[in-house]
Amino acid sequence: MGVRIGVLALQGDVSEHILAFRHALDGAGGVTAVRHAGDIADLDGLAIPGGESTTICRLVDKNAMRRPIETFEGGIFATCAGMVLVAVAVDDPRITPLGHIDMTVERNAFGRQRESFEADVPITGLDAPFHAVFIRAPAVTRVGPGTTVLGSVDRGIVAVRSGPHMALAFHPELGGDTRLHCMFLEHLQDTG
Amino acid sequence: MKLEELKFGTELIKRGFASMQKGGVIMDVVNADQARIAEEAGAVAVMALERVPADIRKMGGVARMADPQIIAEIIDAVSIPVMGKVRIGHMVEAQVLEAVGVDMIDESEVLTPADEEYHIEKTKFTVPFVCGARNLGEALRRIDEGAAMIRTKGEAGTGNVVEAVRHMRAIMGEIRQLQGMSAQERMDRARTIEAPAALVAECARMGRLPTVNFSAGGIATPADAALMMQMGADGVFVGSGIFLSRHPERMARAIVEAVNNFDDPGVLARVSRGLGEAMPGIDIHTLREDEVLQYRGR
Repeated sequence: MGVRIGVLALQGDVSEHILAFRHALDGAGGVTAVRHAGDIADLDGLAIPGGESTTICRLVDKNAMRRPIETFEGGIFATCAGMVLVAVAVDDPRITPLGHIDMTVERNAFGRQRESFEADVPITGLDAPFHAVFIRAPAVTRVGPGTTVLGSVDRGIVAVRSGPHMALAFHPELGGDTRLHCMFLEHLQDTG
Repeated sequence: MKLEELKFGTELIKRGFASMQKGGVIMDVVNADQARIAEEAGAVAVMALERVPADIRKMGGVARMADPQIIAEIIDAVSIPVMGKVRIGHMVEAQVLEAVGVDMIDESEVLTPADEEYHIEKTKFTVPFVCGARNLGEALRRIDEGAAMIRTKGEAGTGNVVEAVRHMRAIMGEIRQLQGMSAQERMDRARTIEAPAALVAECARMGRLPTVNFSAGGIATPADAALMMQMGADGVFVGSGIFLSRHPERMARAIVEAVNNFDDPGVLARVSRGLGEAMPGIDIHTLREDEVLQYRGR
């Protein structure tokens, strides 16, 4: 019985995360799409994908998933919209975040789609920079004492870790590099 | 990190943007108030335009890009992405919308075409494009021109889902056929449907279009939206169906929930109750040929 990873499948690039985790696990566990509240508790790790944070936030509540995610005891791997949702504070009243990571996040911190970019970002724990895709990306404007910064660009912090959780402003699930997915799985084993 | 080390408007960024819309509902809006209602209801993006397609049909005449003032007001009103429509082949309308700051451009047959021979060369733009398609050939030609997302055309402004179904079935069926073919047969098919052979091979390998594929053109109820999702759409565009219905807020919320729970009849039954009248519909067979929008832009 390997590691059980679920990808929150309410909206966004769910299939890309499933493929990336399948690749990162390399047979050492399973990945499933999580569409119901009852699917969460048994997981070791939960990925919250990119998408529209206002939409995902609304669907989390509509599907009665807020409590199960808030009380989830495994690790959370959150990218882009996911990063917005796992913060304790967000600059936008339209989002009620889930609060797993002690940080404040600004939505669309880099601008609109025409300002979306690719860049090589040095990440603590990786020997070579990560080629990151930022799409209408958020940025972290404050981190609490229990939150470790893993990577930054000019305008803000874009990768953090807190206990078993990781949050990224960019999309490691696009572009075929699964080193950050692997790092998350290693943390899960260390902390679990 | 220096600005010159960053890359903008790459294919990965454009197609990535489209991937973030998956499982979502993109709603047509004509002003900031409607945009706020759409965002509040859970839309993943709004399509800003001067008139919804059903009203464009009624008005007749030449339908053009919306006033940039309206689009700017909508951009200011919401935090979700804002898309805008330009006429097929009208690269200057597209340049204007990119300058205004829209997040995606819809080169749309719903507006009156500006060029009856060519579509916009979309690779030249930083913002991504979505284009309509009725079949695999149209879809792959648009992708070859640089479209980052496809939407099946359906027949906009009719409130009649039959053409949306026809086009989704066509694309999915053509891809299934490709999967059973030899490499030689696929080359031959690529020539027949006038699509690049490499993209045809990619569809066969992936079992789907290489970009995100939404459904559009006639979706008027939560059940219509769920139908298109069950047929394999990655998400839906709803044009006239929301703001021409009796209770737009309720309809918008219901369609978002229906797309999210497209395979759960219990949820679909619940969200479909008491919505009031959907938009008035049109039987496709009563349209004159020049009133059929899907024939524009092959």
